[in-house]
Amino acid sequence: MAKIELQKLVKEYGKTRAVHGIDLTIEDGEFVVFVGPSGCGKSTTLRMIAGLEDISGGNLLIGGEVVNQREPKQRNIAMVFQNYAIYPHMTVGQNIGFGLYTSKLSKAEKQKRIEETGKILGLEKLLDRRPAALSGGQRQRVAIGRAMVRDPAAFLFDEPLSNLDAQLRAQMRLEIKNLHRRLGTTIVYVTHDQVEAMTMADKIVVMRDGNILQVGTPTDLYENPVDVFTARFIGSPSMNMVEGTIAGGDLSIEGAGASGLGLPTHDGKVLVGVRPHDLVVGEFGGAGLSASGTVEAVEPLGSETLVHLALGKAQVIATAPGRVVPQIGSTVSVHAGTGSLYLFDAVSEKALGRA
Amino acid sequence: MTVTSTELKANSRDIRPGRIIAWTLLLIGGLIMITPLLFMFSTSLKTSGQVYDLRLIPAAPTFDNYIKVLGDGRFMQWFLNSTIIAVTVTISNVFFDSLVGYTLAKFEFRGRYFIFLAILSTLMIPTEMLVIPWYLMSSQLGWLNSYWGIMFPGMMTAFGTFLMKQFFEGVPNDFLEAARVDGLNEFTIWWKIAMPMVVPAISALAIFTFLGNWTAFFWPLIVTTSKELYTLPVGISSFSAEASIQWELIMTGAAIGTIPTLLVFLLLQRYIVRGVMLAGLKG
Ligand SMILES: Nc1ncnc2c1ncn2[C@@H]1O[C@H](COP(=O)(O)OP(=O)(O)OP(=O)(O)O)[C@@H](O)[C@H]1O
Ligand SMILES: [Mg+2]
Repeated sequence: MAKIELQKLVKEYGKTRAVHGIDLTIEDGEFVVFVGPSGCGKSTTLRMIAGLEDISGGNLLIGGEVVNQREPKQRNIAMVFQNYAIYPHMTVGQNIGFGLYTSKLSKAEKQKRIEETGKILGLEKLLDRRPAALSGGQRQRVAIGRAMVRDPAAFLFDEPLSNLDAQLRAQMRLEIKNLHRRLGTTIVYVTHDQVEAMTMADKIVVMRDGNILQVGTPTDLYENPVDVFTARFIGSPSMNMVEGTIAGGDLSIEGAGASGLGLPTHDGKVLVGVRPHDLVVGEFGGAGLSASGTVEAVEPLGSETLVHLALGKAQVIATAPGRVVPQIGSTVSVHAGTGSLYLFDAVSEKALGRA
Repeated sequence: MTVTSTELKANSRDIRPGRIIAWTLLLIGGLIMITPLLFMFSTSLKTSGQVYDLRLIPAAPTFDNYIKVLGDGRFMQWFLNSTIIAVTVTISNVFFDSLVGYTLAKFEFRGRYFIFLAILSTLMIPTEMLVIPWYLMSSQLGWLNSYWGIMFPGMMTAFGTFLMKQFFEGVPNDFLEAARVDGLNEFTIWWKIAMPMVVPAISALAIFTFLGNWTAFFWPLIVTTSKELYTLPVGISSFSAEASIQWELIMTGAAIGTIPTLLVFLLLQRYIVRGVMLAGLKG
């Protein structure tokens, strides 16, 4: 168990910087998820924590000690890889036992630990099998078992679920979450899937181009994104963005009307964000944003329908409640209530506040 | 799999001209290769009087030659010499070629590419040209007429190093990194994780190295002077140096000499086909 601190952590590959001096504190027992688009430096950061990648600058502290120069094995950290990387020439039991390679436990104790771990992960009947005879989900469990068996200071996961199908992914998400609750060990988890981030994290770290954009709880990030990127990254479908202008305390958007909004003090061009679930099809009176547009596509999901609209120049997604499926080509009205608009500076893309 | 097997069935029914040509060529090739072997066995069953009677099936087959050769103490000594040398050199190659190949494949260090090129360039020099330097070196260092003298040029080979490097490049880094995080040292990672994943390559290397050293003739002939140190091929050929050429004995010695190579091949070849690597990665 340990607190992990990143202080101005830098990674350079030759002349190119992959990680630009990031600061982050991961509390003991916390489940932290790094999200961001491909190539933003998530894996690199994780690998620096693991000790698989040299640190080019800054400090990495585990349990209060600077570990920059320590070998992976001296950091007592376990890692689960995207490809599982379980050894094909060993049985499941041997694979799990490999996590205890450096442990000084007796043979019998090791065996006991392996069996316990197998039981927790539902692998107890498969301990003598080889990886070739396992399903993808089972292999992933073996990889987790190998990490778990040794009671590490922290678990590192690098996109562990990306090779599984959607259903298995949902199941493994829950299992990892339960495992965390059970063991209480610090977990650092990398993914580019914002659903994984939202559902599992205590704390989400949004990265982009080697920088941390925002750190916060899932609700934090959803409710108060600091910029356009985070706003669009968190939440599915992505937040709609339309251009607007604030002048003299009034918001004007091409093809839409806004009224009764408590606007932040700002003058000039803005981006107005509204989540598809807050942009509802139908006529409404009252304050907020209302507009009408042409239906370009519909995605009926059963409980609701996603309606793609052309709103002036902008493309937006709105939701129609219940089983209403508007005709393609028809014109529908949409409405978003007060408090559901996110305003961003059009140039800096930084958040201005909600209205 | 199902597709190919049905294809095979369909093809075997309608025999196309291309297939006939291919089979004919293969058949001719096969015959060319197997004929000397057949003559070797056939001659080993003939008496010295029948040797120049080129019938494939001997008129009166006899095992006398085998009894004679196996009963000859020198032959057993040569057989033993060859075994010791071929086994030692094979183990050495499997160990060192893999170690160097792995290092070249999986570690970044200054001069890596240059070292690799240097190793490869030795492949371009024919053995015949190296024999004189080897000989001079052996005589300076007192290695002439010893096991070590016979073995040292082959203890590591550029080809083996190259082969192993190529195979180790196919071993995903995730395996090695997972082991690193699990606390293994680099040597153990190589030995316990990487080596088992290239078993097919190791088997191939072992087979080639064993065969090459078992049948090596030129260098052992040059570096040895006393008959007790002859390897099997050198020893067998010395049958011919005595008075008249005793083909039936040479062929008998050669026939017995093929047995270990067959054994090694049968023992190791099943590992060549077994591709174990991919099973541990994504499903
Ligand atoms: N060995 C390397 N040499 C040079 N550049 C590298 C190396 N490894 C990674 N990079 C660069 O560092 C940046 C960050 O890579 P990283 O693997 O951390 O991305 P990531 O966020 O994990 O992306 P993904 O979601 O695709 O896994 C990328 O621009 C990548 O090109
Ligand atoms: Mg990555």
